[in-house]
Order: sequence, then C-alpha cells, then structure tokens
Amino acid sequence: MFETLILILDATLRVSTPLILAALAGLFAERSGIVDIGLEGKILGAAFAAAAAAAVFGSAWIGLLFAIIASVALALIHGFACITHRGDHIVSGVAINTIVAGLTVTLGLDWFSQGGQTPALTGDARFTSITFPFADALADVPVIGLIYSELLSGHNILVYLAFAIVPFAVWIIYKTRFGLRLRAVGENPHAVDTAGISVAFIRYRAMIICGILCGLAGAYLSTAHNAGFLKDMSAGKGYIALAALIFGKWRPVPVMFACLLFGFLDAVAVRMQGVQVPGIGEVPVQAIEVLPYVLTVLLLAGFIGKAVAPKAVGRPYVKERG
Amino acid sequence: MSQPKVPVWVNLALIPFINIMLAFLVSALVILAIGENPIEAAGYLVYGAFGYEEGIGYTLYYATNLIFTGLAVSIAFKAGIFNIGGEGQAYIGGLGVGLVCLAVDQTMPFYVIVPLAIIGGAAFGAAWAYIPAYLSARRGSHVVITTIMFNFIASSLMVYLMVNWLKQEGRMSPNSRTFEESAWLPYMHEMLAAIGINIEQSPLNASFLWALICCVLIWGLVWHTRWGYQLRTVGTNATAAVYAGIDNGKVTIWVMLISGALAGFVGLNEIMGVHHSLLLNFTAGFGFAGIAVSLMGRNHPVGIILAAILFGALYQGGSELAFEIPSITPEIVVVIQGLVILFSGALEHMCKDRVEAFFTRTSAA
Repeated sequence: MFETLILILDATLRVSTPLILAALAGLFAERSGIVDIGLEGKILGAAFAAAAAAAVFGSAWIGLLFAIIASVALALIHGFACITHRGDHIVSGVAINTIVAGLTVTLGLDWFSQGGQTPALTGDARFTSITFPFADALADVPVIGLIYSELLSGHNILVYLAFAIVPFAVWIIYKTRFGLRLRAVGENPHAVDTAGISVAFIRYRAMIICGILCGLAGAYLSTAHNAGFLKDMSAGKGYIALAALIFGKWRPVPVMFACLLFGFLDAVAVRMQGVQVPGIGEVPVQAIEVLPYVLTVLLLAGFIGKAVAPKAVGRPYVKERG
Repeated sequence: MSQPKVPVWVNLALIPFINIMLAFLVSALVILAIGENPIEAAGYLVYGAFGYEEGIGYTLYYATNLIFTGLAVSIAFKAGIFNIGGEGQAYIGGLGVGLVCLAVDQTMPFYVIVPLAIIGGAAFGAAWAYIPAYLSARRGSHVVITTIMFNFIASSLMVYLMVNWLKQEGRMSPNSRTFEESAWLPYMHEMLAAIGINIEQSPLNASFLWALICCVLIWGLVWHTRWGYQLRTVGTNATAAVYAGIDNGKVTIWVMLISGALAGFVGLNEIMGVHHSLLLNFTAGFGFAGIAVSLMGRNHPVGIILAAILFGALYQGGSELAFEIPSITPEIVVVIQGLVILFSGALEHMCKDRVEAFFTRTSAA
C-alpha cells in the first residue's frame, strides 16, 4: 500500500513537471495583463523543436536551446499581436495553437519522413534520470529508503529544475523591482505609464519569460518524459496548466500545488483503470480525467472559493497622447 | 470631430482580401521551405477543390460543417461573447442527433426522424452551451475559459458513453450500430438524380440545404428583429445596453443557446448524413475552424458562406495536394487556417488601420 502510494506520487512528480513550467509561464503572462491561451501551442512547438534538434545534433541540451528559441518566438508573435497591435488575446492564442498544430506535422514529415514524428531519441539526445548518491544503498531502509530512492531520486534534471523555479518565481514576482512593475502592469497599466515606465516593454519581457518556461515544458515532453515528438503530444497540457493557474489564483506556490493536484489525479486515473473500488465499483477513468476541468469551472463560478484575475488582463493598453 | 468615411468595399472586400493574401503568402513560404513549388501546390489545391464534380461535392460537404460552426461563433461574437466551445457543443449536439436516430429509426418514417434529429442536435448542443452561458451571465465566470473546459469535458463524456454504453456488442471499435436507412439524410447526388440531374457521388447531403436555411434564419434574427437589435447593442456597447433597459445576462444566455444549437447541427451532416452511426471524434476540429470562418466572413451570413466554401476548398484541396505531393501533409491546411486567424483576427488592426488611413487621406485631399 505504502509502495503504491510512493509510486503514484513518483508518477505525480513526472506528470506535474510540464504543468508547473507551463502554469508559471502563464502566470508571468497573465500577471502582466496578457491572456495566454497559446500555452498549448508553445509547448507543442517547443516539444517539436527540442526533439528535432536533439535528433539532428544528438544532444538534449541543444534540443532544449532550440525549444526555448521556438517558444520565445511564438511568445513574441503573441506579444506583437496583443501588445503592439492591440489584438484580441484569445484570438491570437487560438491562432498560435492552430498554426503550431499544423506546422509541426508539416515540417516533421518533410524533415524526418516518419509521418510527422521525429526519430526515436537515445543516449545523449535525451535527458536521463539522475540517481542521487547512495540511492541504491538506501533503497532497503524502511520508509525513508523508498521515499529517497524512489520518490526523490531518479528524475531527470528538468523535474528538479521545475520545482526550483517555483521559489525563484516567487522571488522575482514579489521581491524584485521588475516583479512589482509586472504586477502593477497587470492591475493598473495607467499608473505604471504615469510613473514613466513602458507598459509595452514590461509586457514583452513577461512574454519572453513565458516563452522560456514553455520551452522547458515542451523540451521535457519530447526529450525527457518521452523519446521523441509525436503529433499533438501536448494533448491539452497547456489548457490544464491554464486551469491550474486559475486554481492557484495566479500565485506561484498555490499554482504549483494545483499542478501537483492535477498531476496526482492523472497518476491516479492511470492506476484506477479496471480497479474495483469497494462500495462503488469501477470508477470510470474519464470521471477522474475531467476533474481538473470540472473543479476549475466550479472555482470560476465561485462555488468553491473565488478566483480573481489580474484586473487589466486581456485588455490592450492604449497610451494616451496629449 | 466627424469620422472620415472609408468606402464600404474597403472594409467588406479589400481588407479581408489583403489578410487572406498575407496568410497565403506565409503558407507559400512554408511550402518553399520544405522544397516544393507553391504555385504548383496551389494548382493542385484548386483543382482538388473545384476541378471535378466529386471534388466540389467534398468541398461543399466540408463547407456544411464550417457554415454551422462559423455561424455559431459569429452570432456569439455579435453579442460580444467569444464562444470557443463550438467543438464540444458540436460533439454533444452530434450525440443528440445520434441518440434520436438510435431511438426511433426502427419505428418512425424518415419525415418524422429528420425534424426530431434537428431538435435533438439543437437541444443537446444548446444544453452544452447553456451551462457556461449561465455561469457567465449569473455567476461572473469567464466564458472563454469555461467553454474550453467544457470542450474537454465533452470529449471525456463521449469516450465514456461510447465505450461503456453505446458501443455495438462484440465490436472492438467504439461505434454504435448503423442506423436504419430511414434515418439517413439523402445524399445530394441522390436528390438531384431524382429530378433528373446526374452528378458524381460525394458525401454532400441534405444538411447543406439546412445550413443555408440557417444562414437566412440567423440573418433575419440578428438584423431584422427587436431581439437581434438588443443582441447587437450588447455586443457593441454593453454599458449602453444596460441603460437602454436590456438584460445583458438574458441576451448572453439566449445567444449562447442559439450558438450551441448551431454548432450541434454538425452532427446532422456527420452522423446522419455520412457516418450513419455514432462514433468518436467526428467533429475533427471543425468547431475551432469555425473561429477562422467567422473572422474571415466578418460575422455576416453571406461572408460566412463564402469563407466556409473557401475553407472547405482548402480541406478538400489539401487532401488532393497531399496525394499529389507526398512530402506535403494535409495539415498544411491547418497552418493556413491558423494564419488566417492570426492575420484577420489577432492582427486585424495591423492592415486595417493602415488601409483606412490611406483611404481617409486620399478622400480628404
């Protein structure tokens, strides 16, 4: 029983990693006032870039670099539309998701001739798991051994990185000058403008951070969690991250816990397949799968707590001219 | 200060034309990048979509779905609501159509089943749109996020229903049983053959006519009724609408019901017209494509018909293209669709402002 729990939590960490990265990406965007429905597209684009570059150069790190470049480029397109041209944030996000869904398969087929997939990655082209010191030696120690060797040790570097970024994001958002301005721009851009700070520049920087984080999430999917790119492999993770962002009320640590909760549900859903629960019978996998979405809907409707978005989110800022 | 007038044709024709040309230009660059000739590709695309009767049939068959989802998105847009949930509403609407067919196909005649199926599709699609609409109007939820979530919930619900309840006994694939022929919509080639016109076979069916009827009905509703006026007022200036005594929440809910019902009619084409059974994933992204159609068609029924035919042609021509040039996938059409959304939606001000400035300057001079 304890071992099962550890295995589920272990899977939770793996599944939550891309959600945490993407949700933090969304957090930076939305805190600056940009709604980003395009998280999904950026993750998918980054996953493709990572796998393609890793396959060509044989290095997961070069893959990661290309993933970040691709994702930042997409984030800047979103910024160009929403910040510079006052376009509708949702429409722009939908556009990016659609373009990426088509472009990854189109380019993938042309480059690798495997029906839109990338070649299977092996060796250095993937991020492999890191084993902590003495993990094997301690594995037999009761309770602690299992937690240390199974749950904490044995993940790839991006998993640890994702969890390390959370306190870093807290520090940036709440303790730095940039963070203060970022939050101010999302709440009251006029005030920021009056203080002589460029609203557009802060929002563009937020989009670059958003792009970098989505790049990490995408690279994780195709070069760490899986061994290559598959068509539509982001499979709605960008939207779940968006849900987690709302669920965590736009704050880094609660957002991380929301991602862990949704990851946990995912891990449980896999385990529950065909399992008879006493008194209930078999719980349909789909019922667990939809929980993140249902919970988010209920939260947004104010049935469980209240989610208040940054005030200026989704509204283009038009500078007043004298 | 009075606004200088820009000629009507600039807004209705020139700007959409420039936007679609930009989208085509970028697509051509993508085709160049993968080492193919974009002009040759365009040739195959046009031939595949319009070059022969079967191709035209397929183009209009795809256009049927796109008219339904395009109308669904655009009527919500008219009221200032972004209904991104067309995909889920079409899915559940199709479920409604399928359930009606499965329930009565063995006992009722064709002319009873059709109206029942239309009601079924509309009711299920509208019901799926009602919850986000209610939550938005009465509890202040964000309608975009809620409808996105409902797309995923619809998808899981359908998998659950198909696998656990509706799957035909003894089959591996999650399909329902095939309907009796009394619940099949007639194909266009059958209907035309009955009046002595022979055309090649294609999946084009009677639901295309229903799509055109819906366009007329929506046109009348939005532009020629008191309620349509309310809807447009809410969309143009929600605050003014409140002062004019309009119940914005009520308008929101009704618009979303109509929007969901329209999306649900995709089921008529796919379930009753072509597949003749319930199955998974028959919506195939048409709900999202409706966003591009609605933007391209400037939220007007005539524009939507034209845009739907354009995108239908891209879908059909894209298959032909992929067949002729194997290094190009039909997904190139998805890229074009995304670019259209980008240029005519997200970047609408980029061209519009410049073109309008050009015309106001020349007319002032």
